[in-house]
This record gives sequence, C-alpha cells and structure tokens, in this order.
Amino acid sequence: MIAEKAPKQMQEEVKAEEKIVYRAEQLNLWYGEDQALKNIDMDIQENEVTAIIGPSGCGKSTYIKTLNRMTEMIPIVRTSGRVYYRNENIFDKKYKVEELRTKVGMVFQKPNPFPKSIYENVVYGPKIHGIKDKKLLDEIVERSLKGAALWDEVKDRLKENAFGLSGGQQQRLCIARCLAVEPDVILMDEPTSALDPISTLKIEELVQELKENYSIVIVTHNMQQAGRISDKTAFFLNGEVVEYDNTDTMFSSPQDKRTEDYISGRFG
Amino acid sequence: MKEPMNHSIRELIAEKSTRRTKWAEIMMPKFFLLCAIISILTTIGIVLTLFSETFSFFREVSILEFITSAEWYPLHNDPSYGIRPLITGTLVIAAIAMCIAIPIGLATAIYLSEYATDKTRRTIKPILEVLAGIPTIVYGFFALTFVTPLLQRFIPDVSIYNALSPGLVVGIMIIPMVASLSEDAMSAVPRSMREGAFALGSTRFEVAVKVVLPAALSGVIASFVLAVSRAIGETMIVTVAGGSNPTTSLDVTSAVQTMTAYIVQISLGDAGYGTTEYYSIYAVGMTLFIFTLLMNVLAHFISKRFREVY
Repeated sequence: MIAEKAPKQMQEEVKAEEKIVYRAEQLNLWYGEDQALKNIDMDIQENEVTAIIGPSGCGKSTYIKTLNRMTEMIPIVRTSGRVYYRNENIFDKKYKVEELRTKVGMVFQKPNPFPKSIYENVVYGPKIHGIKDKKLLDEIVERSLKGAALWDEVKDRLKENAFGLSGGQQQRLCIARCLAVEPDVILMDEPTSALDPISTLKIEELVQELKENYSIVIVTHNMQQAGRISDKTAFFLNGEVVEYDNTDTMFSSPQDKRTEDYISGRFG
Repeated sequence: MKEPMNHSIRELIAEKSTRRTKWAEIMMPKFFLLCAIISILTTIGIVLTLFSETFSFFREVSILEFITSAEWYPLHNDPSYGIRPLITGTLVIAAIAMCIAIPIGLATAIYLSEYATDKTRRTIKPILEVLAGIPTIVYGFFALTFVTPLLQRFIPDVSIYNALSPGLVVGIMIIPMVASLSEDAMSAVPRSMREGAFALGSTRFEVAVKVVLPAALSGVIASFVLAVSRAIGETMIVTVAGGSNPTTSLDVTSAVQTMTAYIVQISLGDAGYGTTEYYSIYAVGMTLFIFTLLMNVLAHFISKRFREVY
C-alpha cells in the first residue's frame, strides 16, 4: 500500500511543480535606501488569477513590475534574491529580458496605446518579433481584438488613431496588443483604476475569460474586485506578504489580524 | 492671545490694500502692449521697405526675366538679372548642410533622449549650446582656412572658394539646433509609452526608432524645416568661403554665390544708391524672405497639423 502511494504522491508534486509559473525566493528590492520589498516568497499558479491587494505604497506595484523586470527602468533600484519564471532565474545575467517580456505581457494603470492606428497598435509586438506576412497579421489583429472583446466596436475603423477610442476601449486595446504575441502570463497593474464602472466591468469579465488560456497576476486597490475575479489573493503590507491564500478562504476567514482589518475596511 | 494677533494682521492687510497704488495695474499693461507693438511695427516697416524697393527694381527689370533667365550679371555693361543662379547656389549649400545636420543632429537627439544617463545629458547639452553660440564669422573662417584646405588634400579639384566647404560648415553649425529641438520633441513623449513598448519585449533601439521617433515626428520634422530655413538664410559662412560666382552649375567643388552673399557684396559698396543693382538687393532679399517665410510657415503647419495628443 505504502509503496504504491509514494510514487503517486511524487507524481502529484511534480505536477504541481509544473503548474507553477513564478516562484519568488527571498526577493528584496530597494529604491535607493528605502526597502520596498522584504523577503518575498511567493508562487504564482498557472491558469489562475492571482490578485495582489494592499494599501498605497505597500509594494504591490513594485512586486508585479519585478516579474517582467520593468523595475530596472529606474536607475536607483537594487534587488536581491531570486525570481524563477518557469524554473529559470530571471535575474540571471544570461537571462534575456526581451524574451521574458515577450512571454510575459503587461497592462498598465493608465491605458498607454501608441499614437498609431488601432491596427498598428496590435501588430506592433508581432512585427518587432519578425512577423511580416500581411495575411497572418490581419488574422492576429482580428483574433487579438476579439480576445480583448473589442473587435465588434472597432472592426470598421482599424486604420483610425487609437487615441480616438474611449479610456475603456484604449485599455482593452492595450490588452489586445498584449495578446497579439500570445504571451504565457499577463501582468495587470491596477488596470481599471482609471476607468468608469462599465468599462471596469468589461475588463473584469474579460479577465475571467482570459484565465482559460493565460496566467494572470493583477494588482488592485479594490478589494471587491479582488474578491470577484481572483482565485488567489496576496495581501501586501509595508513590502511584506502578510497573507497569501485562496481568495474565498482569505475573504471569509483571514488568518492574520492585519488582513482582517484591511479587508473589513478598518484601514487602507 | 491668538485672537487679537490674527485680528491685527487682518487689519494691516486691509490698510495696505487700500494704500496699494493702482498705477501698476493700469500703466504696466499699456507699457507691455507698447513693447509688443514695437516689434510688430518694425516687422511691418521692414516688409514695406522690402516691397517698395522691390517694386522700384521691377520697374526697370521685368519679373519674367528675373524668374526665367539663367544668368545673373548685375555689374556687367549689359546686365542680366536672372535669380536662378543665386537660388541654385543657396539651395546647393542648404542641401549639403542638411545632409550633415539631419543625420548627425537626429542621431544626437536619439542618443540624448533614449540612451544617455542624466549625467551625460547634463554634460553634452551645454557643449552643444556652446556650438550654437559661436559667431558665424568664426565658422566662416573655419570653413575657409581649415575645411577647404582639408578638402583640397582629398579632392584636388576643389577650388579655394567652393560650395562644399561652406555647406559642410553650415551643416555643422545647425547640428545643435536640429539636435536640441528634436530632443525636446522626443523627451516630450510620455514615459508610459516607452514602458508599453518595453513591456512587449522591445529592445531599446526598437523603442527609440519604432515608438518614440514616430510619436515625436511632428516636432522632429519641424526642427528639420527650421534648420533648412536657417541654412538658406545663413550669410557669413557662405560669403567668406563660398565665393561670388553666380552659377546654375551643381558642381560643388567650384565657387558659387548665394542670395545672402550677393546682398553682402552689393551692400559693401559695389553699387551706388538708386541704381538698378542697388534695387536688385531688395528683390533678392524679397526672394530670400519668401523662402524663409514659407519654411517657417511649413514648420508651424507641420507641428500643428501632426501634433500628437498624448
């Protein structure tokens, strides 16, 4: 009996291991002298929505930006520890950051389309990665815009400038731009904070659909949003992960007093 | 304790405000308006003079000859007034200058806005501005006594006065202008747009060339057009190093004459007041004015029309 069970268990562990997209080990980050992330140990699961919540300045945006190394854009940033993406340490000197960012897309707080046509925005990614076939690009545009639930609204004006779209449409265009290179993970940094409630709802529904094919990490300062759309939630406070659990568990019976206080709206 | 203190300050202010003189509010705007009017009046005056003297010129020489004739010999016994050689000389030099200024200026702008660290930028920008502050007569002698002999060493055909040398030096002179204006336009592209491009896996070069440059294109092109305008109007360098040989030939190794250099030549006393050749400088000046005006209007139009709304 015991001998039979052991390999099965091991198999399950291996399976679980495969399903981990990101693993952070002892991740620390400083802005100059200020430490923004403290000893973060956190796994991100495949095909799940992981929400990061916490008050302003708790390090949630900083954390998500280390996952595609966007923090490097700020010269005074220093990091220590390891972040594994699919079992490779992204801080490794040999690791190619452009490859990482091709597989890991990002949607920002404020919609940031390029000042080009809707079409050109979507094909930007595929084009820089060498896809030139016009028919294939047309296909990518349709598929990506459909994936971002924007196709019906813009299919007749693909050649128009992206700035003519509403804020919510621009944000979905940014998601489409991200989908165009068929990433593995999508990082979303407060994607609805600049949007009206109806656009927010659309993005939330979209996140639910995207989960089928993508692993999503979403930073939000809106706890209800985290509750609505995520499978797992991590609560950040002062650069530390206070609690990380299944969203249902966390919202119904938080383990830490601080999590409870935050979720019940006593601070933040 | 606090109450009376507050009270007295309030009273003090009330007192001051009644005593405040109103002349600054009434007189100063009038003075400012006067200053604004002075520059407008000067411009109108210049344009009027230009028009009336040009008109005097065209009473003696037909506009048709001025535009169509390919010969410019105002000081001959049988003078000929075809503006084309002067325009050719001007455009040849402007073209050579732009061949230098556009690539180098643009590359400098891209480097400064996309690659350089803050410290490097703070070092290079003032140096560029020094380059922009050198008097053009110094550039002129630099062209004549340094660049021309250097060119002669490689291309024996180059004569002492030629189009190539001043063209190159005018180009060097306007590099800072192209670089500085283009860099301003590129730096104005919001950071979020660069982040968006980096997040899609772009390299730094791709971000610069495929996102930032297109986004800043209106400002960049406007800087090119203003630079052309500057090159066309440039006087000292071409007078010192370009020679005074009006020709429609495109041979850059021999002497030419630009519109500006011709005006200098006549202004220095080759022609008596009231003669046809005297009036001719106004006609040439008018042509020059039209060229640079068109360029400036074009630059204005481009930067307005293609202004990106971020």
